[in-house]
Amino acid sequence: MSNLASALNGASFKGLVTVTEAGLVGMITLRGDLSSAKLQAAVKVACGHDVPEPRKIAGTVDGGVAWMSPDELLVLVPYAQVEAKLSEMTAALDGEHALAVNVSDARAVFRVSGASAREVMGKVAPVDFSAAAFGGSDFRRSRLAQVAGAFWMDSDDSFTIICFRSAADYVFNLLSTAANPQSSVGVY
Amino acid sequence: MLILKCPYCGVDAEETELAAGGEAHLKRFGPGSSDDEFHDYLFMRENPKGVHFERWRHANGCGKWFHAARCTQTLEVFGTYSAQVTEPPQEIRDAITAKRPGWTWREFE
Repeated sequence: MSNLASALNGASFKGLVTVTEAGLVGMITLRGDLSSAKLQAAVKVACGHDVPEPRKIAGTVDGGVAWMSPDELLVLVPYAQVEAKLSEMTAALDGEHALAVNVSDARAVFRVSGASAREVMGKVAPVDFSAAAFGGSDFRRSRLAQVAGAFWMDSDDSFTIICFRSAADYVFNLLSTAANPQSSVGVY
Repeated sequence: MLILKCPYCGVDAEETELAAGGEAHLKRFGPGSSDDEFHDYLFMRENPKGVHFERWRHANGCGKWFHAARCTQTLEVFGTYSAQVTEPPQEIRDAITAKRPGWTWREFE
């Protein structure tokens, strides 16, 4: 059995905020008709949550589901269970025009936590991170400087960020630079 | 900076999150059409100073294509709407008429 490793082996940086590579997370991309009862049941089977409203996430990285687009969800499960959950989902989707694929190894996950988390994210993504505009169960697909990324807040001062694994090094350096201790701006 | 509301995910996306897709509502002239029609379909584009219709894709976001009606002179956005239409819907036309009475764009008015 090969030794499974995440993109950056849990690298971390401490500055304005703590940037940590969060290790392996099981992720299943699910495309289909989100209003279908069968698809909703399959999501419930896999992660225990209902299909969220647009731009929302239900649950956490250990078991959750995020709204990616009008016909796409991202199901989050523990990495060790991803194959089992995927076959449960595929069985539950039998006969449905839908597709579920394990994309865990195509992704990297980061956590940005600290009092200035909103500010650091605001430097790299074209999104309003004020507490009134973003928080709670909000989930956003956007860009992190030059690469695609998605993020949500798991608490008032902590973000979880998903990006492509091939861009993991770029995103880590980007976030670390944005979190340089001498680069405080003081917004949010 | 142009900010368009994606009609699919509802995000007020700024220009850097979007990819421009050129002029909207082109009618394809393929096999069987005359050379002139095919030439116009390939090369002839509107370049108005004022009301314009464009295709955009929410590339760094939900990934969906949509249509936008805007003014090239003031960057004012009249509205965005679904990609699954062949002409601007009535509410978009009304919104433009309210601001630019007597506007025309190709065969639409």
